[in-house]
Amino acid sequence: MSTKNLILLNNLCTHYNVEISFFNSLNEFGLVEIISVEEVQYIHLNKITNLEKMIRIHQELNVNIEGIDVVLNLLEKIEELQNELIITKNKL
Amino acid sequence: MAFIDYYKILGIKKSATEGDIKKAYRKLARKYHPDLNPNNKEAEKKFKEINEANEVLSHKENRKKYDKYGKDWEHAEHFEKAEKQQQYQQSSQQESRDGFNESDYSDFFESMFGGRSSRNSRNSIKFRGQDYHAELQLNLKDVYKTHKRTLTVNGKNIRLTIPAGVKNGQIIKIKNYGGEGINGGPKGDLHIKFAITNNTKFKLENGNLYTTVELNLYKALLGSDITVATFDAKVRLKIKPETQNGTKVKLKGKGFPIYKKEGSFGDLYITYQIITPTKLTEKEKELFTELSKLRMS
Repeated sequence: MSTKNLILLNNLCTHYNVEISFFNSLNEFGLVEIISVEEVQYIHLNKITNLEKMIRIHQELNVNIEGIDVVLNLLEKIEELQNELIITKNKL
Repeated sequence: MAFIDYYKILGIKKSATEGDIKKAYRKLARKYHPDLNPNNKEAEKKFKEINEANEVLSHKENRKKYDKYGKDWEHAEHFEKAEKQQQYQQSSQQESRDGFNESDYSDFFESMFGGRSSRNSRNSIKFRGQDYHAELQLNLKDVYKTHKRTLTVNGKNIRLTIPAGVKNGQIIKIKNYGGEGINGGPKGDLHIKFAITNNTKFKLENGNLYTTVELNLYKALLGSDITVATFDAKVRLKIKPETQNGTKVKLKGKGFPIYKKEGSFGDLYITYQIITPTKLTEKEKELFTELSKLRMS
């Protein structure tokens, strides 16, 4: 499997100053997908924006993994509702 | 410049302990954090106020000074100036080199506590700026070719290259075009979501285009050459005799451009819809009856 567009998990740990266990927990909760290629762990490039948000929520607000999951789900719902509201307003 | 009641901002009493301040700050930060309030200017403003209040009240020296002078902060300024002018000038010169954004604090704060020098930098948590989200409405025809476009987002002009084949709902991230960071934190990003309207007669799916072409009964039965419009041109097609309704034809490479794969296109699928004649004349009816009898025999 090609490692193009994949970022080494170890590099992410250094860059964001986060323990590898944090990423493993996110993976267990299905919040990120850790990809293993020849026993080296990676995260896909297009997941980084979301991952950065999770790290900020964790580091700046002391929210644990369960909390991050709840927050992201609620934000997603809010976004859906806001989009629906825009569409409804446009129809009126 | 008005007095700011930092205790009120954090919703605590003047007698609050360090623990109370921390607790109140954390609670409000969770409520107004930019990541939890996307595109909410009011929340961003509130978040800055909370941070400022925390900066003052969580730092012993600053809190003492704030409590001492309170609403008479203007006198405090004169007093402090006389006492520390020289020292302050030196430190503020040093601090001005580290790129700290003073605009994150109120005039009241700057007046009372000066530059960053008098704050406990160990307590200054850096926050990344808010991510901005914008939606760009385009027609399908607009994204058939790569083109440049200038967008104005929050007063800034951004020259953007829109690659051919960009999909409806796709989001692209433009780094550092979001809100300013807080306490010297990095800027947020700008996320542009593409909303693509399809006003064409083509249906787009995974880079392939689908369309229906009407064929009259005679061309379908006897065969013919017809001209069919592709997305950006016209092609000549040979219709085989006895073509059936619903027959599908694939035109390789005549579909939509594939995102970020220059020169690569999907296919165009044409479905023939055979239109039977209406309002038949007596003569036509006669001939069709004859044809029908030929088929029966």
